[in-house]
Amino acid sequence: MKRVVITGAGTINALGHNVPQTLAAMREGACGIGPLEIRDVDRLGVQIGGQVHGYDEHTHFNRQQIVLYDRFTQFTLLAAKEAIGQSGLTFAGELAARAGVILGTAGGGVNTWDDNYRSVYEDGKNRVHPFVVPKLMNNAAASHVSMEYNLKGASFTVATACASSNHAMGQAYMMIRSGIGDVMVTGGSESMLCFGGVKAWEGLRVMSKDVCRPFSANRNGMVQGEGAAVFVFEEYEHARTRNANILAEVIGFAMTSDASDIVMPSKQGAARAIEGALKDGHIAKERVGYINAHGTGTAANDKTECAAVADVFGAHADNLMISSTKSMHGHLIGGTGAVELLACIMALRDGVIAPTIGYDEPDPECALDIVPNVARDAEVDVVVSNAFAFGGLNAVLALGKV
Amino acid sequence: MSVKDTVIQIIAEQAVLDVEDVTPNSTLDSLGIDSMGLVESIFAIEEAFDISVPFNANDPSASEFDISSVASIVAAVEKLVADQS
Repeated sequence: MKRVVITGAGTINALGHNVPQTLAAMREGACGIGPLEIRDVDRLGVQIGGQVHGYDEHTHFNRQQIVLYDRFTQFTLLAAKEAIGQSGLTFAGELAARAGVILGTAGGGVNTWDDNYRSVYEDGKNRVHPFVVPKLMNNAAASHVSMEYNLKGASFTVATACASSNHAMGQAYMMIRSGIGDVMVTGGSESMLCFGGVKAWEGLRVMSKDVCRPFSANRNGMVQGEGAAVFVFEEYEHARTRNANILAEVIGFAMTSDASDIVMPSKQGAARAIEGALKDGHIAKERVGYINAHGTGTAANDKTECAAVADVFGAHADNLMISSTKSMHGHLIGGTGAVELLACIMALRDGVIAPTIGYDEPDPECALDIVPNVARDAEVDVVVSNAFAFGGLNAVLALGKV
Repeated sequence: MSVKDTVIQIIAEQAVLDVEDVTPNSTLDSLGIDSMGLVESIFAIEEAFDISVPFNANDPSASEFDISSVASIVAAVEKLVADQS
């Protein structure tokens, strides 16, 4: 089987408009969560989020593009530009045919749905713009990336709620590993911080109204974020031959299904996914130094996740670090695993473990080293990234140094 | 603004041309407007005149709405506007 490495990374999220800004914010333990600036926010019970600020679509895209690019597609294209630019790859001929794009999103063009429903229901209009469908469809972002960069191989979009990005990146990994393609542009994007998007989440009553405090005893729920992160996954020999700058190696992946409940997570399902990723990569448990937790800040997730980690790692669970960067960038739903992979790469490359901020009270049911509030310098050999979705669909990636 | 001027303005914007470059004899093809641009132009025309344009993108030639030239589009829009009032 072929080895798979990461040769490019790009992002835009509440912590920064590119990777260097985002990693600097993670190192500082900065918080990207704040008051939402969206239409009708006064009618929302939840008025905070990890919103991308200082962003004007007109500085990046022309009018004809904006007509076709929902915000989630715009974020994807900006992240892809940074990632592919860093990789130094251009796609033509055989390489183009063996390169694809696999992205995750839970909601796709939620802003487009919201704007146009508002137009026909609230404003009483009887026609909408002809490109509403191609703008809102979940695969719009993947398709625009394929068109922009001439990626002609396997391309599609994965929707598994909060695990979408991890499922997408896992799929990209498996495709290169098995020889289906040489390069996969992968990651995910989400943009549902609009009135309808937040209102829907409010209904579940799992949202915090003030701050996201994963693993802290006084946590009171999750906070939504938005943005994208995109990576270039490349076959190792292909990358080595062209002397590419290798950021990290993808060394293991597993996915499981709880097959039990549409919203409540299962310790067994999570543990089987973590265990599966280690087994897949023939990784000894003791080698894992850091876990980027799913860590949503809900009671249901955090307790279950910590119990699953304790089960899988046994005594070593007390030696490893586990943090939730959602405390800083919010929960990007279908894009979250992609942004969180940046923290994993930072841990491996820079020896900096991103903290869990907002932490102020230990919870005996989350008694792990959650790297509270302040980033930590530490050499780690292998890192793991967890994603556990509504619907009980779990996807876990393991990364190592090359 | 006359129907003709408004239609030409819409088509020019879609073709990313100056209005002077859009003449009655121009075809959409000659202006570089593809099928997506055509559907967008029709939407803009419907919005501008608050009319409903009978056009089916599956088979444009079968539609009552004649899109063979800028002049034919203007004439068709003028008729729709007149029928409506």
